[in-house]
Amino acid sequence: MWIYEKKLQYPVRVSTCNPMLARYLVEQYGGADGELSAALRYLNQRYSIPDKVIGLLTDIGTEEFAHLEMIATMIYKLTKDATPEMMKAAGLGDHYAIHDNALYYANSSGVPWTASYIQAKGDPIADLYEDIAAEEKARATYQWIINLSDDPDLNDGLRFLRQREIIHSQRFREAVEILKDEQGKKKFF
Amino acid sequence: MFTLYKTYCPIVGPFDPCNPILEKTYSTPPNLYIGFQPPNLPQFTPLEALRAGTLWKPFYDPYYNPFEEAKGGLPR
Amino acid sequence: MKQIPPEYYQMMEQLQAVDFVLVELTLYLDTHPNDLEAIKQFNHYAKERKTLKKAFESQFGPLMQYGNSYSGHPWNWNEPPWPWQV
Repeated sequence: MWIYEKKLQYPVRVSTCNPMLARYLVEQYGGADGELSAALRYLNQRYSIPDKVIGLLTDIGTEEFAHLEMIATMIYKLTKDATPEMMKAAGLGDHYAIHDNALYYANSSGVPWTASYIQAKGDPIADLYEDIAAEEKARATYQWIINLSDDPDLNDGLRFLRQREIIHSQRFREAVEILKDEQGKKKFF
Repeated sequence: MFTLYKTYCPIVGPFDPCNPILEKTYSTPPNLYIGFQPPNLPQFTPLEALRAGTLWKPFYDPYYNPFEEAKGGLPR
Repeated sequence: MKQIPPEYYQMMEQLQAVDFVLVELTLYLDTHPNDLEAIKQFNHYAKERKTLKKAFESQFGPLMQYGNSYSGHPWNWNEPPWPWQV
């Protein structure tokens, strides 16, 4: 089971009310390489992978939910008291018509989240390579959003999330090495 | 000098209407170079680690908006 | 309008820092199960987080529920602030 903790993994700040930035950030909320996809991908792959890496998939999948909450917090803060006019000016008029200021699992173009964003091939190497690719794609997405953003406080939180992608990628690469079963048979450092 | 940010120079076509970007940069994060993590890598203090997004200094690779001035970051 | 005292942010950040070390060591140990030094460090910070959690909760209420924290009277789990509101 999972138990909620009433705290963010990292203190999230944003400097201005800015629905346009929220619109870009939604990509990491309900987009293909976003945090929801990541969490569901890893936690779902656990059931068909060798025991040696189940703990890692569980722990990274769980951390992704903490990242999802950080992204939600950023979007919440960037749009909290935004008026319909501000939402409209940010290209969120159609979002507002359906959802008001509610969050929704869609990408930044408004396409709803779909399970086809994630894979479960049942082959440990194929699945772990997908996970490594997903982390690198998420890292790149954070770079592009940082490039679009002029909010230093928001970028601080985004830099933290991008750095986490690097660590997750590292651990998935190590998981591949573990499954090759050569650990301890030769010196690897 | 070693850098995690590599560059390449795309072709500038004679009929490209946008102002050409002569040099493009891409990130090659530290995980590509370190391999299986060796034990006892140098660490940040807990508060520094939280700020950095990693406990281990060799994995720290902060990304700044290149269209703004870089604001530094933590020393490695 | 309710104000959140500055100590909330200080104590929260201390807990976030220690918990972050524990997240990092958890993922590391998932792929390095024999690193004794890292396990010692993990257990050290696991103990420290207990102290920090207790101190935070005594001032600002439970961080977890389903019995993973004690409750005051009345039931104080529902009380704001929630993490995205601070």
